[in-house]
Amino acid sequence: MEKKREMFAGENGLQGDPRLKAISEAIRVVPHFPKPGIMFQDITTLLLDHKAFKDTVDIFVDRYRDMGISVVAGVEARGFMFGPSIALAIGAKFVPLRKPKKLPGEVISEAYVLEYGTDCLEMHVGAVQRGERALVIDDLIATGGTLCAAIKLLERVGAEVVECACVIGLPEAKGQCRLNGKPLYILVEPRK
Amino acid sequence: MSACKDQDPRIHGIKTKIRVVPNFPKPGIMFQDITTLLLDPKAFKDTIDLFVERYKGKNISVVAGIEARGFIFGPPIALAIGAKFVPLRKPRKLPGKVISEEYILEYGRDCLEMHVGAVEPGDRALVVDDLIATGGTLCAAMNLLERVGAEVVECACVIELPELKGRDRLNGKPLYILVEYH
Repeated sequence: MEKKREMFAGENGLQGDPRLKAISEAIRVVPHFPKPGIMFQDITTLLLDHKAFKDTVDIFVDRYRDMGISVVAGVEARGFMFGPSIALAIGAKFVPLRKPKKLPGEVISEAYVLEYGTDCLEMHVGAVQRGERALVIDDLIATGGTLCAAIKLLERVGAEVVECACVIGLPEAKGQCRLNGKPLYILVEPRK
Repeated sequence: MSACKDQDPRIHGIKTKIRVVPNFPKPGIMFQDITTLLLDPKAFKDTIDLFVERYKGKNISVVAGIEARGFIFGPPIALAIGAKFVPLRKPRKLPGKVISEEYILEYGRDCLEMHVGAVEPGDRALVVDDLIATGGTLCAAMNLLERVGAEVVECACVIELPELKGRDRLNGKPLYILVEYH
């Protein structure tokens, strides 16, 4: 029988781990950015805290190193700050998922819905092969729209998305626990 | 100063993994695509290791990476050498209070921003990007760091386009690169 998998690291194997508290406290909240009412979760202060940043990467590496993951896909641009270190430590390749017209070669595109309008995520053709096991990484999940687009890109080329990992999970993501049936793993909740 | 002159055996493997995409983003430009390097775990690891070996033990307290490809190489280096990582970003991406540095493009201008308070006077800084062309962006990055009182120890890039003479625009600061593209 499949064990119930909790979304948050603190309920999923890392109960009481002091590193999680330090990671949470290293994240800065910037009110009303990019617009009034949004409490922006700023991870740049986490990157200034070497120990907390290293712990963040180590927690993900410990979780994924024995899962046979061959590709880590990072969502532009803050996914680029976490993904490559994880990929290097687990021996996987790193694939950047980018906004339109940034990647120079042949790409596939996936559109997704924003609050107002749509945006698009792109991946290089040939970067990921059929049958590869993939991890998707971003700094934060809100509605999940971007991560869903990332999952679709990988699945369109025949990869299996093993999990989506984020440092922070907003309330909208809770109760989802899965994106298109894919499990979600989150280190901390947003700070107030 | 390029590592290939030292004939480190890892350099050849790195160079062969970089893909050249002709006529991107516009006709006549031979774009140096590092995404294919990132697809080879050994070559990517070798790239990072070469930088880490150079900077470990040099008391670098901050690695500043230039958006967006500098974000791919900078953090692994920072983590390995015990430094903080500071992203230098295009306008209006950083949420807190920022300082801005304008720089000239072929046509027009652009701007690089850094969070106030991220870097402190006396910090010893390394600037990282995937490639140096004319040196305009790296120059802006160095200016940001020096404006807050940091000392830029070196600029580090995977690739240099020597014909564009970016090296000469770095106000005498040293540049370390792994591969040249002629």
